[in-house]
Amino acid sequence: MLPTLNGRIQTRIATLVVIGGLWTLLLTPLLSLPGSLGDRYTVTFTILLTTVVLGVLWEFVYHLIMQFRWEKDWPTGLALITVVNEGALVWLLLSLDAVPGIDGAAVPLGAFLLLFGTTWLVVWLMIVGPMRVPFIHWRFRGGRLV
Amino acid sequence: MRDDTIELPGRGPVADRAPASGGQPGDLTQELLDTDWWTDDMLVRAGIPVHDVPFVSVGGGIGSFVTVDYLRICGVPTSAIKVFTQLNTPWESYEYLTRVSQIPRTERLRSDSASCPDNIWGFPSYGIREAWATKSLKPLWHLLTEPFLNDYWTPKAGHAFESMEREYHRIGYPETVVKGQVRMVRRRIGGGYFTILTPPEGATHTRRIAYRSRYVHIAVGYPGLKFLPDLQEYREKTRDYGSVVNAYEPHEQIYQRLQAAPGTVLVRGGGIVASRVLQRLIDDRDRLGLQTQILHSFRTFVTGSHGPHIWMRRRGGDGWAYQGFNYPKSVWGGQLKARVRRLEGQDRADLYKQFGGTNTPKRRNWQEQMRRGRQQGWYQAFQGEIANLRPGPSGTVHVELKTDQGPRQVQVIAVIDCTGLEADVREHRVLADLLDHGGAGRNPLGRMDVERSFELRGTRSEPGRMYLSGSAANGGYFPGVDTFLGLQIAAQEIADDLQTLGFCSGLGPLRSTSQWWKWARGKRI
Repeated sequence: MLPTLNGRIQTRIATLVVIGGLWTLLLTPLLSLPGSLGDRYTVTFTILLTTVVLGVLWEFVYHLIMQFRWEKDWPTGLALITVVNEGALVWLLLSLDAVPGIDGAAVPLGAFLLLFGTTWLVVWLMIVGPMRVPFIHWRFRGGRLV
Repeated sequence: MRDDTIELPGRGPVADRAPASGGQPGDLTQELLDTDWWTDDMLVRAGIPVHDVPFVSVGGGIGSFVTVDYLRICGVPTSAIKVFTQLNTPWESYEYLTRVSQIPRTERLRSDSASCPDNIWGFPSYGIREAWATKSLKPLWHLLTEPFLNDYWTPKAGHAFESMEREYHRIGYPETVVKGQVRMVRRRIGGGYFTILTPPEGATHTRRIAYRSRYVHIAVGYPGLKFLPDLQEYREKTRDYGSVVNAYEPHEQIYQRLQAAPGTVLVRGGGIVASRVLQRLIDDRDRLGLQTQILHSFRTFVTGSHGPHIWMRRRGGDGWAYQGFNYPKSVWGGQLKARVRRLEGQDRADLYKQFGGTNTPKRRNWQEQMRRGRQQGWYQAFQGEIANLRPGPSGTVHVELKTDQGPRQVQVIAVIDCTGLEADVREHRVLADLLDHGGAGRNPLGRMDVERSFELRGTRSEPGRMYLSGSAANGGYFPGVDTFLGLQIAAQEIADDLQTLGFCSGLGPLRSTSQWWKWARGKRI
């Protein structure tokens, strides 16, 4: 992938909100989370929103790291493996009950891993290929959609 | 064709500038040759028949192919397009160059998995398709771990040619092809352009035919590849064309001579072609148990990472500058693409210089071969320039080298020059004519000056437009023009511009997806 900072942020927001949102909508009823379905959606979508907000910050870090690369590219594998640091940070904030609006400490690790890991995978799979089909200019514009 | 220029497929002899004296009717007149803007009447007076078509593409190589592909997908019918070429297929010239420079169909190109001239979306990429075709996860693992655990994944040359052939038939490309050599393109009073074509001998009753079109696309490829003067001088003096060769001309005889008897070869250059030639020499050495000794001279011997500052440092070592592809990858869509797009004049030329220079990928198998060669003493790389070449005893070549260690004399059975020198754009007569009569100018790197839309600046003939893509546009707002993906990026810019002029449909998410679905099913359009 060949992102610009602006493109990174746009792609991050669009794919997590649209693809991640749809995936979260489908997956939430299957997750073993406490409370009613409404409560569970509140938890999962808050986690998704947290990932989007923190993700925008992470993009600045990745952009900085990318500057050390002569090619100024962001290899596919890096885009996948960053699930580790991003997931860990969100989990840490949940554990510290630092995510507003939900009782983060009550989220079981298994459900979190399933939610975070699969959402990441689905979004990553979209970005590494199919995204280019409807948005044919996207890859040549550093990931910008608008 | 000048004799210091390497002959490529699809390049005929240079036609006379003077009008034909008698004989075949319908030739260029002095009036036409001397006039920048032509009227319809001038062609009538010259007896040159005029055909009408909205869009013409001059060249017929991969540049024309990907542009026509894009326009066809944007809904332009084949009847609205004509491609003028001497090539039999769009990939003929490219395949020739890759084959002689030691990339036959079974070997891998230096091209990204998602640079697919047969597929404007780049999805599924070559890597995914190879995984599917071979029922193997290996290419996918390779793509996932590039460039850290693996080299950048690259497609096999044959895969690129075969897939292009499928797309060639799917879009009805052959229906657009008109065989012949383009002599010139001139602006038309009243709008659009005239393209003068010299058809093959006997194909028409006139010597030339003209196409009147609103849009013209020029994609004539490399203006020419030249032999370096020292090489040329030796060849002309000795008439020995077999021992001192450029890697872009057929030189199989050298590998055969090394199979018949052991010998020393001098390889010159630090680019991908030198890497491929070394691989061939070492592969033959390993496979056939040969005793070939390899001397390798670099004009600039790179010893480590280099670049102006910490944010722009390219790896290097053992003579080479290392880079995955022809350019830093982000010129095709990322940061560098965005940056160059904003630069003008000297600033642009300076940035091109920073990421330019000869380089090659750091492929693991090449590193292993060279390491072994250095350890066992049959591969020697050094900084050096050829000072003189003269015939040596028993068919050898005596080479005087100027190195940083002082002068050095060597006796070799062959010199394989992998440095190639791109000729000036003026060496191509269509481009020269555009500079002299078409209003075209040069960019900061001396090539043809194009806009961000790839319109050839200065050539507008309202409501017509003339575009130019490929190597001749190098130095413009978009680097990487002479690559698969670069040609597609140019095609996209051209199609976008033509869409605003109402010539074709845009590729919004719906049309793009439905067209992709047709591509995926191999449905003819």
